[in-house]
Parts: sequence; structure tokens; C-alpha cells
Amino acid sequence: MATVKILGSGCKKCDQLEANTKAVLAQLGIDATVEHERDFGKIAAYGVMSTPALVVNEKVLAYGKVLKPADIVKLLQKAGV
Amino acid sequence: MQIAWDFFQNQILGMRWLNALIGNLLAAVGLDISSRLGGSVQFFIYDVIKIVALLCVLIFGISCIQSYFPPERSKKILGRFRGIGANCVAALLGTVTPFCSCSSIPLFIGFTSAGLPLGVTFSFLISSPMVDLGSLVLLMSIFGGKVAVVYVLTGLVIAVIGGTLIEKLHMENYVEEFIRAASAVDIEADDLTRRDRLKYAWEQMAATFKKVFPYILIGVGIGAIIHNWIPESWIVTALGGNNPFSVILATVVGVPMYADIFGTLPVAEALYAKGAQLGAILAFMMGVTTLSLPSMIMLRKAVKTRLLELFIGICTMGIIAVGYLFNALQFIF
Repeated sequence: MATVKILGSGCKKCDQLEANTKAVLAQLGIDATVEHERDFGKIAAYGVMSTPALVVNEKVLAYGKVLKPADIVKLLQKAGV
Repeated sequence: MQIAWDFFQNQILGMRWLNALIGNLLAAVGLDISSRLGGSVQFFIYDVIKIVALLCVLIFGISCIQSYFPPERSKKILGRFRGIGANCVAALLGTVTPFCSCSSIPLFIGFTSAGLPLGVTFSFLISSPMVDLGSLVLLMSIFGGKVAVVYVLTGLVIAVIGGTLIEKLHMENYVEEFIRAASAVDIEADDLTRRDRLKYAWEQMAATFKKVFPYILIGVGIGAIIHNWIPESWIVTALGGNNPFSVILATVVGVPMYADIFGTLPVAEALYAKGAQLGAILAFMMGVTTLSLPSMIMLRKAVKTRLLELFIGICTMGIIAVGYLFNALQFIF
């Protein structure tokens, strides 16, 4: 099972990325836990300085932008999820 | 050469032809553009179209440049510099790194844990909202190239001096504990193709347009009112050359306000046309774009009150200094 984390400061963009990610996971039928990490200390520990960011299995796949569903699909495939 | 530049400035950046065209169209439908109402309508339509066009071209171009400087990369670049050189580079990177105040805390942690001195981080934080590529081009379109270049240079100088001052005062203890304790790693910057960059720029443009458009309408609306309904004598009294406190007044009004530079522009333009001094207008614009309540509330989470006060103090003094500088130099522009 995959662990998906959205790193975000609680801004609108971050919620949008979370919604897009959840939609893609449901659409692809991927079994995953989705967490929204709002703790700045933990966000920084991933090396991310521009939120929102998408982390899958503890690996940062993208940061600093709201990914479109199609982009999320590509990133997940590349990460082998 | 001079003729070519004037043409570029007035017709391409300033779009004077558009103003004339709208005037003719309004006259053709029977609206008297020399009347107050007609003049307001002309100003409103002209300014909305002009600013939206500038916004789209500018944000697109700037985003292409910014895609080369994500904060994660700027951090690595900064790590190579020492002393005041680092402050200068930080101020310069602040102008091209895409950054919104909602990311100020992760950015702060990233810089701090990479071992960058506090003063360098602040040089970045001051220059980032105060000077950006957009303001350079926008100021050029209204006030001309000289004003725009001097504005940007003074903004950079304030950022370097401000950061250095914070460094010398050893304010490290006024940074919140969790920021100093956090550890961060470097991550690989995405390898973007040219197509990715253009796509990013296009998305940025669309998002900015959506976000800023209401501000533009409000700003142009206020501008149109100033332009045609407020007596010139009021503005000259408050913001003209005979009021030695015009700059301070403009700064105090501008600081708590929050608006995008695109929304501020039409107000500045109208005030200028009505005889307000250049320095007062620029101080107002800088105050509105650099300091705002939402960004201060964000920054307060990262630093303690004393350092925040120092930051606000430095920015405010810097803005006032710029205002007086431009008032004093107005004769050369």
C-alpha cells in the first residue's frame, strides 16, 4: 500500500492538490493512505520550500505547484505506484 | 534612438493609441469624453484593457524566467556566497524567485538550516515583495525608464542594507525555536523541458489573472474617481510639493493595505496625473506591495515580535527614504 502525503500550509492551493490527488487515486483504484502534512518543521525536513508538494512513499515527486490530475497520473506511474 | 525609445514607451508600453481609439469610439456612440462621466468611462476602459494586457504578457515572461529559480535552487546558489556578497545575491534572487507569503515559513527553515546567515535570508525577504521584474516594466510604462531603474536599484540597496543591519544586530535568538531546530535536506530540482516551462508560465498567468482581476477593477475604479471627480487642489495639498509630510502620509496609508501591484498602478497613475509628487506615489506603491497585514501575520509565526518589528521598521524607513529621494530628484526625471 502506498503512503501519499500532501505538504501544505493549509492554503487554498494545497487543498486543491489534495483533492486532485485523491480523485486520481480513486480513479486508478490505488490503495493508499493520504495525509495532509501541515507541520512546517516536517515539511522542511523533506527539503521542500515551496508548497504545496506531493510526497509518495516518502519521496518528493513535485513541489511548488498545484498538479493537474493528468500530471499526477504520470508522476505516480513514474514512481511505480 | 530617442524617438524609437519614446515610441516604445508611449505607444507600446503605455498604449496611448488605445486611449485615443477608445476616445473616438465613445465619441462615436455620443458620449462626450471631455465631460466628467465620459472621461471616467474612457479612463476605466482604457486602463482595464491596458493593465490586463500588460499583466498577461508580463506574468508569462516573468514566469518563464522564474521557472529557472525555484527557491530550492536559489538556496543552493546562495550557499556559495559569503558576507555582503551573499546579501547582494539574495536581494537579486529575491526579484526572480517565485515566492508567496504563504511559503515564507518553509522558505525560512530551508535557508536557515542550509546555514545561510539570518541577514541573507532577510535581504531576500525584503527584496522579494519590494522589487520584482513586473514592477520594473510597469513603472517604465507609466513613469518612464529612468524612474523604473532607480526604483529597482534603491529597492535592492534597501534589501542589502536591511539584511546587513539585521545581521550586525545579531537577532538570531529572535527566530522561533522550531525554525532553528528543523533540519532540511537538498532535493533535486526538476529537470524541466522548454515545454514544461511554457506550460508553467501559462498556468501562472491564468492563475494570476483570476486572482488579480477584481483588484484591477477596484484599482481602476478608484483611479477613475481620482482622475475625474476629486479636485486637483486636494491632491496637491495632500501629496504635492508643498506638503513636506506627503511621503510619510503616503507610506502610513500604504503599509497596512494589501493589493497587488497591478491594482495599485491605476491609483498611482491617476494621482500622478493630478499633481502628486513622484516620491509620495512610489512610497505608496512600495508600502502597499511590500508590507501587508497578512504577510506580517505569516512572518510572525517564524520570528519573534522584536525581529518582526525591526523588519517592519527597516522596510518603512527604507520606503520613506525612497520617497524623499525621488521627491528631491524629481527634476531630473
